[in-house]
Amino acid sequence: MEKMNLNKHISGQFNAELDDIRNRVLAMGGLVERQLEQALDALAGLDAELARTVIDGDHKVNGMEVAIDEECTRIIAKRQPAASDLRLILAISKTITDLERIGDACVRIAKAAVDKRAKSQEPLLVSIESMGRHATRTLHATLDALARMDAEQAFELHKEDAKLDKEYEGIIRQLMTYMMEDPRSIPGVLDVLWAARAVERVGDRCKNICEYIIYYVKGKDVRHTSYEDMEKDLHQ
Amino acid sequence: MISIQRSNMQTETVDLANLPAQDTALEIRNLDLRYGDKQALFDVSMKIPKKQVTAFIGPSGCGKSTLLRCINRMNDLVDTCKIDGEILLHGQNIYDKKVDVAALRRNVGMVFQRPNPFPKSIYENVVYGLRLQGLNNRRELDEAAERSLRGAAIWDEVKDRLHDNAFGLSGGQQQRLVIARAIAIEPEVLLLDEPTSALDPISTLTIEELITELKEKYTVVIVTHNMQQAARVSDQTAFMYMGELVEYGDTNTIFTTPKKRKTEDYITGRYG
Repeated sequence: MEKMNLNKHISGQFNAELDDIRNRVLAMGGLVERQLEQALDALAGLDAELARTVIDGDHKVNGMEVAIDEECTRIIAKRQPAASDLRLILAISKTITDLERIGDACVRIAKAAVDKRAKSQEPLLVSIESMGRHATRTLHATLDALARMDAEQAFELHKEDAKLDKEYEGIIRQLMTYMMEDPRSIPGVLDVLWAARAVERVGDRCKNICEYIIYYVKGKDVRHTSYEDMEKDLHQ
Repeated sequence: MISIQRSNMQTETVDLANLPAQDTALEIRNLDLRYGDKQALFDVSMKIPKKQVTAFIGPSGCGKSTLLRCINRMNDLVDTCKIDGEILLHGQNIYDKKVDVAALRRNVGMVFQRPNPFPKSIYENVVYGLRLQGLNNRRELDEAAERSLRGAAIWDEVKDRLHDNAFGLSGGQQQRLVIARAIAIEPEVLLLDEPTSALDPISTLTIEELITELKEKYTVVIVTHNMQQAARVSDQTAFMYMGELVEYGDTNTIFTTPKKRKTEDYITGRYG
């Protein structure tokens, strides 16, 4: 009996297929990251043209989601993956859903940039900027953890989301004061609020992706568990 | 935080290490087996739960069939074979000198890779074991034949030709007939040694369906090369490699999150 080869499948084709979907998810992640950066830039500079590029670019993200999902289905049907292979496919299939939703959030942010009412609230947009930068960093780090399938980093990032939520709360409070001061500003402020909400959702999506990374690496479903339990699962 | 109800499959998991005696069909203790100089099994210990399906998987030559054969002492037929350790059935070591091997095999039935019906009628195949036991009452034999053929999910296909030669059946039907013959004498444990490897996919599914039904009454131990089959039909899976029991546990866990690297490599097809 020969010794086990620890990395490669007997089927080289299967290996190639798994590598391929992993690469495609990372490519999709890269595209979404660029969409987010551009959407935030467009909002900060009220750059309608750049915003339209983002809005038009969303179909690419959608297309990638569909294509990768098809590939996942095909692999499940043909290869009957088990254990870590199965977890990889499931994690990818879920990750792309969240990436696509981040793509939608980018469109929402970009729409605020072309919106006339939001424009009237220009000073407010500044408050989203710092939160936006934070969200971009989180997304970048999440994709990094995904590329390296780093469960520890995923766990740290998972905790990061609470900070983004705090920032979001701060913005809401600020926006509420504006609305109370001048009810006529409400429509414009609401648009800004939707954009802020979209940024906050990016953090939630990143958190989900971190959960899938931990699921793939550790085989533990850590959704809806406390941080103590997560830590236990992680260091078992 | 409110805890989420996870899937029931996990809560039904049997604690194999601390399986209580009344739920244990068989206990294998520190089993070593040698064929002459060559050791084929190394210190295998496991508890096989009652009325469940336990699958042995592993690459060719890993010892899974050898282990299965130990359970009804089929290896006694091999001259050079030497066994140390114990296999307990009802708390008694089946390798004890006092044990009547014929009685043991009545209790532990076996079905092989290739269907091996006797060159007799379908009916005579099924009642063969009962006739050997001295049962000759026509009505009782008829009842047992029908019960066993129904139990092996083949009754409807053969009820109108019970007295035709068994060789006239298809491979899948022959295999179910052999299973009917094995359960006619109402054993407690059924050993299946790659029961579907000579069958087409549809017959395979019929047998798999049957295995799931069989566990209502019997403890089933199956050796299979088809990992998906092990995943589909078994409650417990034991992965063996080079004569050692590498990992033994709940099938759902083995196929989603195995604990040992070797198991992972084997079931994901990285072995070789």
